[in-house]
Amino acid sequence: MIDNIRRDHSRFRQIVKGKIKQNLKKYVTNGEMIGRKGKDMVTIPLPQIEIPRFRYGDKEQGGVGQGEGKAGDPIPGQGQPGDGEGQGQQAGNSPGDHGLEVDLTLQELAEILGEQLELPKIEPRGHKTLKSKTDRYTGIASQGPNSLRHFKRTFKEALKRQIASGTYDPERPIIIPTKKDMRFRSWKSDIRHENNAVVIYMMDVSGSMGDEQKEIVRTEAFWIDTWLRSQYKGIETRYIIHDASAREVDEQTFFRTRESGGTLISSAYKLCQKMIETEYPASDWNIYPFHFSDGDNWSGEDTRLCMEILENELLPQSNVFCYGQVESRYGSGQFYKDLKEHFGTEHDSVILSKIENKEGILMSIKDFLGKGK
Amino acid sequence: MPSFGFTDSNLTPDLARLHEEIRRHALDYGLEPFEVIFEMVDSDAINSLAALGGFPVRYPHWRFGMDYDQFSKGYEWGLQKIYEMVINTDPSYAYLMKSNSLVDQKTVMAHVYGHVDFFKNNQWFSKTNRKMLDTMANHAVKIRDFMDLYGQDTVESFIDHCLAIESLIDPFLPFVQPSVARSTNSGAQGESTGAPEAGRDPGRLKVDRSYMDKFINPPEFLEEQKRKRDAQVKQSRKNPAEPVKDVMLFLLENAPLEDWQHEVLAIVRDEAYYFVPQGQTKIMNEGWASYWHSKIMTERALTDSEVIDFCDHNAGVLAMSPGRINPYKIGVELFREIEDRWNRGKFGKEYDECDDLVAKAKWDQKLGLGRKKIFEVRRVCNDVTFIDEYLTEEFCDRLKLYTYAFNRRTNQHEIVDRDYRKIKEKLLFQISNMGQPFIYVTDGNFQNKGELLLWHKHQGLDLDVKWARETMTALHEIWGRPVNVETEVDGQKKILRYSEGEFTDRSV
Repeated sequence: MIDNIRRDHSRFRQIVKGKIKQNLKKYVTNGEMIGRKGKDMVTIPLPQIEIPRFRYGDKEQGGVGQGEGKAGDPIPGQGQPGDGEGQGQQAGNSPGDHGLEVDLTLQELAEILGEQLELPKIEPRGHKTLKSKTDRYTGIASQGPNSLRHFKRTFKEALKRQIASGTYDPERPIIIPTKKDMRFRSWKSDIRHENNAVVIYMMDVSGSMGDEQKEIVRTEAFWIDTWLRSQYKGIETRYIIHDASAREVDEQTFFRTRESGGTLISSAYKLCQKMIETEYPASDWNIYPFHFSDGDNWSGEDTRLCMEILENELLPQSNVFCYGQVESRYGSGQFYKDLKEHFGTEHDSVILSKIENKEGILMSIKDFLGKGK
Repeated sequence: MPSFGFTDSNLTPDLARLHEEIRRHALDYGLEPFEVIFEMVDSDAINSLAALGGFPVRYPHWRFGMDYDQFSKGYEWGLQKIYEMVINTDPSYAYLMKSNSLVDQKTVMAHVYGHVDFFKNNQWFSKTNRKMLDTMANHAVKIRDFMDLYGQDTVESFIDHCLAIESLIDPFLPFVQPSVARSTNSGAQGESTGAPEAGRDPGRLKVDRSYMDKFINPPEFLEEQKRKRDAQVKQSRKNPAEPVKDVMLFLLENAPLEDWQHEVLAIVRDEAYYFVPQGQTKIMNEGWASYWHSKIMTERALTDSEVIDFCDHNAGVLAMSPGRINPYKIGVELFREIEDRWNRGKFGKEYDECDDLVAKAKWDQKLGLGRKKIFEVRRVCNDVTFIDEYLTEEFCDRLKLYTYAFNRRTNQHEIVDRDYRKIKEKLLFQISNMGQPFIYVTDGNFQNKGELLLWHKHQGLDLDVKWARETMTALHEIWGRPVNVETEVDGQKKILRYSEGEFTDRSV
C-alpha cells in the first residue's frame, strides 16, 4: 500500500512538474511564485489538474446551511466576496474551497527552468574552489573515547581472546572484556571541493525606473537566484542601489526604494568593485555581477569611466557580467548601445539583454544563463 | 504493510480486549454487523488508505497521489485528521490510527460497528460486491499489465477519460431485472414489435364484409396508422430506443474501443458502481454510526476518566460550523428524532391533523416503537427517502436550518428562507443523483453521422459550461466521433458540440 501510494504520488508530482513546465512562461510573466517563497519551498497554485465531469455551475447553486440570521444576511465563512471556488456539490461541503496548491523545492523548480530553457550546467572556474572538511566514520581503532566504543567489535575481541585462552565456558557464557579488547570507531577526514558563488545585484533606482520595471527586475532576480542556487552549494546575494551615488541595501529595500535625481552608473560599479576586493577574493569565489537599469546615464564621461572599471576591474574577476536593460518610457536606452559598442555582442564575459516588458523576462533569463558561465 | 489475516492482526492485547467488549455491546443492542477486523496503522498509512478509498491495492493512477498529497498536508498542518476508516467488505476491514488515545480508539470501534451494521443491512448496499478487496487487486493487476503492454501514458490518459464520465451511471440499475437492464442494447426489442406481415396492409382492421371496409378502414385512418408505424420503425432503429442513464454502459456496448480500452472502461464503471451506495447514504450512514457510537459509549463503554475527552471529540465530530451542514449531525439528530417520535406515537393521521401546538409538543402515547422504527429506517431508506420522509418542520426549526443562494449583486451567498418545505426541496435536490446533473444518452447516431448526443435533463440549474467542455473532450476520446450535449443555458435550449478540438453551440 505504501509502495502503491509512493508510486502514485511521484506520478502526480511528475504531472505537476509537466504542467508547470508547460505553463512556465505564464508563471514567470505573472510573477506568481515570488513572495510565495519559503525557505526552500515554493507553493504554486495549479488551477487545472482535476478530472473534469459534468457539474452544475457553482455559485448559482446555493444550498442548505445552519445557524442564526435572517433572510438577506450573508452566510458566514465565505472569505472575501468572490473569493475561491465553491464546491457545494454535496450537503456539508462549504462554499469557498480553494484550488489545488502544490509545493516544489527550489531545486525542482530550477530543474524545470533548466529543462525548459535548455540551460547548460555551469562550469565553475577550475582551480578557484573552496575546500571544506567533513569527518566520516569508516574504520576501527584500538584507542579512542568511550563515547565511540564499538560494542559488537569489543565483544567479539573478548570472545576470541577467551576462546583462545580457554577461559570460555559454553555452559556459562560470560564474556568480560579487558582494556586490550576495547575497539572504537575511527574517522577519516574528507576534503571536499565546494564552489561558492556570490551574486551582486545592482539596480538603478533613479526616477525613471517605475514600479513595473522594478517588478521585472524582481522576477528576474528570483529566477536567477533559483538557478544559481541549484548550481552552487553556497551562494550569497548582495544588493546595491544607485542613483547619483550608490549604497548597499537589504533585499527588501532593494526592490522598494525609489529615489529621484540623476544617475551615475559608475558609482555602483565602484562599490561593487570594492565589495569584491574586500570580501570576495576571485580565487575563492565565483562572482556574478548583475546590473539592471533603464539605460540612462548622466554623462558620456561617466559612461567612459564605467567601461574602464568593467574592463580593468570587474570583468577579470567575474565569471560573467550581466547587464539587463528594462525598457521604460523615460529611459533613452543609451547605455545598452554604449556597452554593445564597447564589448560587441559576442564578448566572452559580458552578457547584454533587453527586457521590453514582462513577456520578455523568460527570454532574458535565457540570455543571461544560457552561456553556462 | 498490513497483513490481512482473519484476526485483528496487530492490535495490542488491550485493544483486542476493548474490541471484544465493544463488539459484545453492539450485538447486545441488536446490531447485526459483518465480522470486523481492525488494523493499527500510522498517520502516513491512514492518509494513503484514505487516498486509495480504503483499499490497500488499487490500479496505478496519479489522482490517488494527488489525494494523498492533500491528506498528508492537511495532517501535517494540523487542519484535518482522519479518525476512522472502514470498508464495505465481508469481513469488514477498519483502520485505527496509532496516535489516537484509548478513548478515541474505543469511540472509533463503536462508530465502525455502526457503519458495518449499516453496510450489511441497508438494502441499497445489498447488491455491492463484498469481495471488493480482491476485485480491486485484480483490477490493479489487469491495468498494470495493460500499462506494460501499451505504455503507462496511454493507459493512464485513457483512465482519465473514463473517470471524467464516472458519474454517468444509473444508481438504480443494480436493482433492475437483468432482462430489462439489457434492453438498452441496440433496439433488439423494437424489431420484434414492428415486423410487418407481408402482402397485407398491417394497419388495416379485419373486415368480414367487404362493403364495410371503407367505413371501418377510411383513408384517413389508414394514413394515421401508417404514420404511427413509421414512427415506431424509426424509433426501433434509433439507438438507444429510450434515453439511457448509464452512459458508461452505452459506451461499453457501442463505442469503437480496443479490447484493453473496453476492459479499462468496464473496470472504472465497476468501481464506480461499488461506491454508489456510499454516496447515496452519506447522511444516514454517518448518522447511524454516530448514533451507535454515542449510545454504546455513553451507556456502556465509557469510564469515568474518559468522559471529558469523549465529549470533547464527539462535539468536534458533530459540530456544525455556521453556514454549513454536517452530515454526521443531521443524520444522528434525525435518527434520534425518529426514535423519539415513534416512542411517543407522534405520527399518523391523528397527530398530523392535530392543530393544537401545545398538545402536539406534549404528545405521548407511550408506544415505545422508536428502536424498532429506526432499525426499519436503516434497512429501507437511502438519503433521499430518509430526508423526504422524516425531515419535519420542528426538526428544521430546532436545528436552525435555512436555505441560501448566491446573490449576484453583492457577490456573496445569502440566507434566503427558513421555510422547511424549501429546505427539504433544496436538500433533496442536492442529494438526488448524488448532487450530479442528470445526463442521458439519447442518440448514438445523431444526425445520421455517428455522433453522440447526450441530454442534460435540466432541473433549474445550468451546467458549468467550462467543465462540460472538458468532459466532452474526454467523451470524444472514447466515442471517437463528435459529441453533442443538449442542455439549457440561461433559459435557452442549446446543443453544445465538440469536434476535433473545436467547440460550438447553437440554440434550438
